[in-house]
Amino acid sequence: MPKDGIGASTKRREDIRFLTGNGHYTDDINLRGQTYAVFVRSQVAHGKLNKVDTSTAAGMPGVLRVFTGEDFAAVGGVPCGWQVTDKHGKVMLEPKHPVLAQGKVRYVGDAIAVVVAETEAQARDAAEAVVVDIDELPAVIDMKAAVAGGPLVHDEIGSNLCYDWGFVEENKAATDAAFETAAHVTTLELVNNRLVPNAMEPRVAVGDYERSTGQHTLYTTSQNPHVIRLLMGAFVLGIPEQKLRVVAPDVGGGFGSKIFHYVEEAFVTFAAKVVNRPVKWTAQRSESFITDAHGRDHVTKIQLAMDKDGHFLALRTDTYANMGAYLSTFAPSVPTWLHGTLMAGNYKTPLIYVNVKAVFTNTVPVDAYRGAGRPEATYQLERVIDKAARELGIDPIELRRRNFVQPNEFPYQTPVAVVYDTGNYQATMDKLIEIADLAGFDKRRAESAKHGKLRGLGVNCYIEACGIAPSHLVGQLGARAGLYESATVRVNATGGIVVMTGSHSHGQGHETAFPQVIADMIGIPADSVEIVHGDTANTPMGMGTYGSRSLAVGGSAMVKATNKIIAKAKKIAAHLLEASDADIELKDGKFSVAGTDKSVDWGSVCLAAYVPHNYPLESLEPGLEETAFYDPSNFTYPAGAYACEVEVDPDTGKVKICSFAAADDFGNIVNPMIVDGQVHGGIGQGIGQALLESAVYDENGQLLSGSYMDYAMPRADDVPFYTVDHSCQTPCTHNPLGVKGCGEAGAIGSPPAVVNAVVDALQRAGHTSVTHIDMPLSPSRVWAAMQA
Amino acid sequence: MYAFEFKRPATLAEAVTALGAEEAQALGGGQTLIPTLKQRLAAPAVLVSLNGIAEIKGICTDDAGRLCIGGGTTHAAVAKGAGAYPALAALAGGIGDPAVRNRGTIGGSLANNDPSACYPSAVLASGATIVTNTRQIAADDYFQGMFTTALEPGEIITEVRFPVPMKANYQKFVQPASRFALVGVFVAQFKDGVRVAVTGASTGGVFRWTEAERALSANFSAAAVKGLKASADDLIADIHGGADYRAHLIGVLTGRAVAAC
Repeated sequence: MPKDGIGASTKRREDIRFLTGNGHYTDDINLRGQTYAVFVRSQVAHGKLNKVDTSTAAGMPGVLRVFTGEDFAAVGGVPCGWQVTDKHGKVMLEPKHPVLAQGKVRYVGDAIAVVVAETEAQARDAAEAVVVDIDELPAVIDMKAAVAGGPLVHDEIGSNLCYDWGFVEENKAATDAAFETAAHVTTLELVNNRLVPNAMEPRVAVGDYERSTGQHTLYTTSQNPHVIRLLMGAFVLGIPEQKLRVVAPDVGGGFGSKIFHYVEEAFVTFAAKVVNRPVKWTAQRSESFITDAHGRDHVTKIQLAMDKDGHFLALRTDTYANMGAYLSTFAPSVPTWLHGTLMAGNYKTPLIYVNVKAVFTNTVPVDAYRGAGRPEATYQLERVIDKAARELGIDPIELRRRNFVQPNEFPYQTPVAVVYDTGNYQATMDKLIEIADLAGFDKRRAESAKHGKLRGLGVNCYIEACGIAPSHLVGQLGARAGLYESATVRVNATGGIVVMTGSHSHGQGHETAFPQVIADMIGIPADSVEIVHGDTANTPMGMGTYGSRSLAVGGSAMVKATNKIIAKAKKIAAHLLEASDADIELKDGKFSVAGTDKSVDWGSVCLAAYVPHNYPLESLEPGLEETAFYDPSNFTYPAGAYACEVEVDPDTGKVKICSFAAADDFGNIVNPMIVDGQVHGGIGQGIGQALLESAVYDENGQLLSGSYMDYAMPRADDVPFYTVDHSCQTPCTHNPLGVKGCGEAGAIGSPPAVVNAVVDALQRAGHTSVTHIDMPLSPSRVWAAMQA
Repeated sequence: MYAFEFKRPATLAEAVTALGAEEAQALGGGQTLIPTLKQRLAAPAVLVSLNGIAEIKGICTDDAGRLCIGGGTTHAAVAKGAGAYPALAALAGGIGDPAVRNRGTIGGSLANNDPSACYPSAVLASGATIVTNTRQIAADDYFQGMFTTALEPGEIITEVRFPVPMKANYQKFVQPASRFALVGVFVAQFKDGVRVAVTGASTGGVFRWTEAERALSANFSAAAVKGLKASADDLIADIHGGADYRAHLIGVLTGRAVAAC
């Protein structure tokens, strides 16, 4: 076995270039003759666009062309990739999202015009000279006001209600009936705060066009270049795929925000042909705040019905989900199929009914952000259980255990469509209790009290659906794309391997982890395998990276392709060894004939495939390269239990996270160090949501937290050293690696742990009326809660 | 950023001349001005950097025992070199992050007079004197409201002279995003009384909390201000906290500052 195969905490090879400034990001791409695009954006949230006067700007130094909405009248709008059908059987309302505004502006940041000039400074100067005549209209920001007769964001669709989704509609009557007779009902109203993704690398797009061949190239900060090629080529600009190459090189973080097809990508691709020069756009950070799709933004009422012993009988929720001003690529799926299907959590609740009203408002579009729907589901469920435990006087861990799906009950069919293939929630809870040293909490609390601090403990569980997704299933649910993944494994003549994957790494460590899998399968060192990704010209059609899917789906495609390679290599080896291929065994990079000492090494077999002098050409093609597509048969279901301890300063309301422990079941693990890092990062983002981050709009639709002066990102001293454990492993039953995915777990599981802990601290200190505080739990909010 | 002419004079006299130009703007450490320029929110014709002027940098003690800090002295230099006034050194060491402290200057901070900046509280609580190329200004006369000071156009802060109190302490409660002071309180005890200056909290910028000064002058203990409530009138209310919260923090931080003295 290679020492750097599956299970090895190999250091990430890509970090050498990232940490030495040698990464190659989209903004590092500068093409010969390149021009620069600067967008003129709406400064009002809602308005009638009367006239865009570009005459002055067009004559300014260096300006090649000024574009407005009229230039895009003949092309399509930016498409939505998911169509939700509502509880009345009606498809969602889907207004057009033009590349540049036509007739109306709908949020602060909406693109109105673009200047393309020789230099960035010239483009910026000219952009300021574009005169925009807008009649400002009343903006609608609050979701409930938007559906209660507020101003229409899109006049032509006649409503701000995108859809009114009921899930599972057939459960509704029975669910309501269960509430009528339940011994106890716990109700909680809460807000899942809107977040700005804030990837370290802002979005960038460079469009290029070769007139002699008609070939378009788009370089872009994307998590899924093939998806961008399909959406933009087919739906917006009408460019056939063979004439369009999309390249997403090193990408500096996405967290979901770089899944989506943005107007800037379509613009630079279109404009490069018009001006016959490469066109580059680089977002300024303040532009990112008002153009990158935001995350979360749900307002929810959740109710849990229980018998007198705390057994869950029924659950129902009413959620308003903000879509913003336009439907971003996967926005409709987030509050529905990525949220409603997870409302069972780790528990046996026989009846569940979820209602989601998706609402248009005059705000930045909202879409998937690390966890995407699952954090929203987990937060409300784990908060209401905590509240229920307090109301019933049952220990919150015991209440959860009492309702867990038990280890012997898998596969488990939930009442919300999905089937959990495997899991052991008792085991992760046991592990959490151990690693978080919950037995020592009272002592630590007494120590905190000596220093005048209120200590609290928050515990919760989570489950998520990852490995997205079975295409036949998501197709029924409204997806307009398949969600398989692809890999081409190319073995070179001297035995080295290149894997062209449809997955995309933007910080996840694919270049390190994927080779570990192949190293293990063949028995060769991991450093003889290279990963290629991010370019539609040299990778098979793939769906990219999000939803913790890369290893579970992309890795499985790679395993499938590698198995084909091994099968063919065995035939070659059998020929070389003059044996039957059924007798060939592959171990430690060597093919041998079972029961003999005859063998041939990996390199010799690969060489024979490309120098087929002694080769069964009559029955076998030369070469050693295979492609596989893998479409999962089910989601994967990572799950775990998290604990957070906080200290609250009673004088100021300031919350300090003292410790955070995570016991996760990710199934099999390829690189434990990368998994640790993914969990650390996810928890950091969850703590950010719980304590610090919030996109706040005023009633006119101005983003008040539109820069780092007011939008609080977590910093090193806001987070503790984490205790993470992933030794509880129930391998996924339906993918070849038995892996589940780990990219989002931390962000999904951590916010309720933090909020549960703060509420616990206040409760223990006698603030018994404090049953909930909305995120972010800023010092002023916690202090205000204590004054109540 | 808009285009501008850049000058980096080596002497104060040259700087004064350069600032006489039409639409000239002095540049200290640039920790506020550079981001403002980058966002195209300011458009000076001439930017006059004060960073090359050796005569306005450095720290010394004058014959009256005052700690004198050149206007061009960085926060990092004050943090390291103001040992004679530990509370001031500690304040300087807590401004921003290392990058900010290595560029930002005391003169720049005071000329800008951001309502959430740390230095104004130390200057006001210490009863310091602001020395410019033309005159000396008492701290009580210098701060005139948010981003407003007694400085005339083209006037340059050359030095700040701090009487060193018997005891002093600065308590900063940070705004979670910017980490400027949501509220900062500087308490300084002198032989002839106690001065308490509050930054971050007021729409009028730094101010003295005279009720606390009276109470602490009579009895310099945290107990003396316990229960004393600052008025919420004219305090800042924003997404990070209301006026009542800031008023409450003023009391908490004053008590902590006294306890830490």
